Amino acid sequence: MAVFLWVGLSLKPSEIPSPFINKPAPSFSAAKLEVPEEKLSPADLIGQVWLLNVWASWCVSCRGEHPILNNLADKNVVTIIGLNYKDDPANAKQWLDTLGNPYSASITDQEGRIGIDYGVYGVPETFVIDKKGIIRHKQTGPVTEQDVQNILLPLIAKLQAES
Amino acid sequence: MKYLLFAFFLISQTSYALDSRQLADPIKQENYEILTKELRCLVCQNQTIADSNAELASDLRRQVYEMLEQGKTNDEIVQFMTDRYGDFVLYKPAFKGKTSILWIAPGAFLVLGLLIVYIFIRQKRVSRTEQGETVNAKLDSEKQKKIRRLLEKGDQS
Repeated sequence: MAVFLWVGLSLKPSEIPSPFINKPAPSFSAAKLEVPEEKLSPADLIGQVWLLNVWASWCVSCRGEHPILNNLADKNVVTIIGLNYKDDPANAKQWLDTLGNPYSASITDQEGRIGIDYGVYGVPETFVIDKKGIIRHKQTGPVTEQDVQNILLPLIAKLQAES
Repeated sequence: MKYLLFAFFLISQTSYALDSRQLADPIKQENYEILTKELRCLVCQNQTIADSNAELASDLRRQVYEMLEQGKTNDEIVQFMTDRYGDFVLYKPAFKGKTSILWIAPGAFLVLGLLIVYIFIRQKRVSRTEQGETVNAKLDSEKQKKIRRLLEKGDQS
């Protein structure tokens, strides 16, 4: 009984295991935030290790995460794609103008449909996708400097070494 | 009149709680109501998407609605949801290896509890009768001694 209690207390009910790990990133073809005429799809990123970071200007914890993503982008070790989730494009653009833009591109998902395809339930979320387009890691909630050092950078290095 | 008004508010609250989508086909409408009551809102985890006001719940209701309109079956829709959100999205998780403990544990704990109660009662009963016997035996021997003494005294007089 004590074991059950201990396990129960140490579980985080808000962290739902993602069924996507080691599965192909769901495809989409979505308009870019900055250039809506241009579309981006995961197929365009085959051969690259990339992060898909789900963000929105209304999301408070995204604001906390943002400088950390800016730092990561400065390292130039990985392509960061933003999924601008259920946001107003004008607000989103303004947000990037004021806080800096770590994304190679952001795509827009105003209706939250791509979000559903990726099982998004709490913003921010970050997916790590390998060169073959397979999701290798998912983090729900803001990425911290510790996460970057302990999880993301080692994983990115490992995935970059894969062919 | 006051009560009537009160009753009216109760009724209006339950029936107009959330966006109500109507499917033309009554069977599909029924499926819509069943499905939205089976799927968990992942933001507000103790509510179904039928009950929840969260944006995600509303998006998932829209998804269910559209898939029903496209003629998808309930199983296909449930599969769609579990592919994306895992078993956790189901209020009634499917019976399989990973979730079996959820189904078995309550019954197992009930049996275990009854077993413990049974053993406990049995032990208590056994120890009480044992105690009783030893007390009786003690009394008996003391009584017997007393009887013997009295008898001896009786002989002397």
